[in-house]
Amino acid sequence: MSTSHGYYIPHRATWPVLATAGLVCMAVGFANHLNGSPSGMNIMMMGLAFFIVMVAGWFTLQATESESGTYNTQVGISFRMGMMWFIFSEVMFFAVFFGTLWYTRNLSVPWLGGEGTGAATKELLWPDYEAGWPTNGPKHLGGKLVDGKPSGEFEPMGAFGLPLLNTLLLLSSGVTVTWAHHGLLAKNRDQLIKGLIATVTLGLLFVLCQATEYHEAYTEMGLQLGSGIYGSTFFMLTGFHGFHVCVGAIILSVVLFRSWKGHFKPENHFAFEGAAWYWHFVDVVWLGLFIFVYLI
Amino acid sequence: MSAVVAEHDKHHDHSHDDHDHGPAKGILRWIITTNHKDIGTLYLVFALVMFFVGGTMALVIRAELFEPGLQFVEPQFFNSMTTMHALVMVFGAVMPGFVGLANWMIPMMIGAPDMALPRMNNMSFWMLVAGILLLASTLFMEGGAPASGWTLYPPLVLQTGKALPFAVFSVHLLGISSIMGAINIIATIFNMRAPGMTLMRMPMFVWTWVITAFLLVAVMPVFAGAVTMLLTDKFFETSFFDAAGGGDPVLYQHIFWFFGHPEVYIMILPTFGVASTIIPVFARKPLFGYSSMVYATAAIAFLSFIVWAHHMFTVGMPIVGELYFMYATMLIAIPTAVKVFNWTATMWKGSMTLETPMLFSIAFVALFTLGGFTGLMMSIAPSDLQYHDTYFIVAHFHYTLVPASVFMLMAAGYYWLPKWTGNMYNEKVGQLHFWLSAISVNILFFPQHFLGLAGMPRRIPDYNVQFADWNMISSIGGFIFGISQLLFLYIVIDTIRGGTGIKATNEVWDGAVQYGGGGTVGLEWTLPSPPPYHTFTEAPVVVPIEYEH
Repeated sequence: MSTSHGYYIPHRATWPVLATAGLVCMAVGFANHLNGSPSGMNIMMMGLAFFIVMVAGWFTLQATESESGTYNTQVGISFRMGMMWFIFSEVMFFAVFFGTLWYTRNLSVPWLGGEGTGAATKELLWPDYEAGWPTNGPKHLGGKLVDGKPSGEFEPMGAFGLPLLNTLLLLSSGVTVTWAHHGLLAKNRDQLIKGLIATVTLGLLFVLCQATEYHEAYTEMGLQLGSGIYGSTFFMLTGFHGFHVCVGAIILSVVLFRSWKGHFKPENHFAFEGAAWYWHFVDVVWLGLFIFVYLI
Repeated sequence: MSAVVAEHDKHHDHSHDDHDHGPAKGILRWIITTNHKDIGTLYLVFALVMFFVGGTMALVIRAELFEPGLQFVEPQFFNSMTTMHALVMVFGAVMPGFVGLANWMIPMMIGAPDMALPRMNNMSFWMLVAGILLLASTLFMEGGAPASGWTLYPPLVLQTGKALPFAVFSVHLLGISSIMGAINIIATIFNMRAPGMTLMRMPMFVWTWVITAFLLVAVMPVFAGAVTMLLTDKFFETSFFDAAGGGDPVLYQHIFWFFGHPEVYIMILPTFGVASTIIPVFARKPLFGYSSMVYATAAIAFLSFIVWAHHMFTVGMPIVGELYFMYATMLIAIPTAVKVFNWTATMWKGSMTLETPMLFSIAFVALFTLGGFTGLMMSIAPSDLQYHDTYFIVAHFHYTLVPASVFMLMAAGYYWLPKWTGNMYNEKVGQLHFWLSAISVNILFFPQHFLGLAGMPRRIPDYNVQFADWNMISSIGGFIFGISQLLFLYIVIDTIRGGTGIKATNEVWDGAVQYGGGGTVGLEWTLPSPPPYHTFTEAPVVVPIEYEH
């Protein structure tokens, strides 16, 4: 129904509770998988499939309602506030891992090496450990395989090469998505679609480069999740970022599909704006990564 | 007006859904509802159920501690009980209780037709249920439920059996639920207020909730990140909390408490909001120092982000860190005192009546102050070395949670039940419930101060005989308190089914319209009791109240 000043209040929603069921199924399946149950992965995949179908259903409903003019400006503001604070929560999520990187690199690793109040720590635990960064810890965890066993030797990831290329890719994708937005505002659908195609393509190229980098790290450089704190922070930060790029690319693809179907008007295109904000957020996180993980 | 109505009708000519106005039939109404009142009810019922589940766990703990020696449960299970009791009470009872109040009351208090994002509202409730079910399922797993305490510190928590990934994912689901709920509250308050309901005229309950919602959005992802690292440390060979790989278990404590300290304020700020709403009504005076209440709430919220390591004075920190966190923590006493003085000043020379909600509120002001003072004692780092991880801290935080958060949830229940159901509750039983609760809660927790100061550690199933007497008294208090709560359950059910037979008026409480809002009339008290399924489908125009000074 709609209130007198046009506020839209939906009355029933089957999608949210079903999407929740999908998520729970994923969580239970993954947990069982980690506990060594052979059926765990299947349950998780089932949950994932369920979740995807449900989210698709939910968003199709929202898109249909939006295009039929059900929403007004006030609803649009609610959506935007929702997206804004969702992105803020994501910022805090990444802050945890950036904070972890800062803390281990500047505090706990030097303490293990005897700095500050860590003299006794060094003496009692690992007197031979030379603290520095990058490090895989006093026990030299992980590393290149020698005779099938980890040797404790690894190479850190350099900043120039693929990471620099990736920076350029993501930065240009930020430009193309803005160009697409200008197209939308100017009712230039051709520019909108081209801009979005370029953005999604750049995003996919980024993921491809990242995959290549990971492959190299694992097979040639001895750099793995298990390579001590350097490997842990490296893969956790870049991994969660890569996941967010994938999600962003999927969202933008949906927006691209909708643009091609003729959706969005200069005054009503929340989905586009939300996707663009999310994409810029992913961009900014990458800049942080490039500086703090790769460069410094 | 006529133009507006015409537009309204036109919309419905195009609507093909005949059931558009009312709720769905049967059980489906509750599953697929997007109505803020229905979802509020769901949250409140769920919180009440979890209050009894968590309470039963507490009684297992108190039964085991009734005497020295091991009587009823294995030590491992005892530790699971302390862990699960905390997690269930925090994430299953107190937080959902206040979210339920927010859902029911915020739209009605600010003159909005519903929450800003009703579908997401439905999802946040079901995610909460899913998260708690996942958590509860760990009780039946090989290796038992997590037994590391609710803080889930590594390396201890990494020894959990099959329950670990379930507990981690449960935290993720609860986190998503809370974030969605909080975003919804922010969007509702900033975007849905009726004309005239300016920010500085909002009821204090709304103010405290918007600030709480910011805390939630900021810190729930932090907890999610921390437990994610526990998961990868356990299953994916990372070494975030393992010194052998260059990590640090203390890092977990920093991250956890960066979440954990704001988290405890997430449970107390809405409590303050309820108190600031109820006390003026029963004192028949406007809230003393409204704007200072708003600023004090914001100050407490800000400070909550910069004091986290006062939970870690004993883990080993540079002395500069200890000093900084000590002084920063002491600062919190200032805005908190502002609030306590304001509540007292509101009651000063008021025409007070002592119905059950007011009794609980007065007990809250007194007993929360006590819990606050013990907090001040523990903020002093050198003293805290003595109190840390003893029953003193158990007494401290239970004083800030039980006679504060839980009491104010009860007070809110008594205050708004007549509005929600249209029936008056049984005042005599309510008063009995209050006096039993208020006396037994002190028998339960006050002796724990002595136990802690004498050196009894927390989270142990057995203890030295020197602690026997106070433990026995505490357990007796615990059982009286626990059983008294059945009166509340009785009252809720009885009131829903008709109560005393007296129908509630719109205003319910004498003075609620005038003093039950912030700078305007208490909007919810202008609506019928019970309010219709949809309220304020046309935004009311709200005029400020001018008070004579």
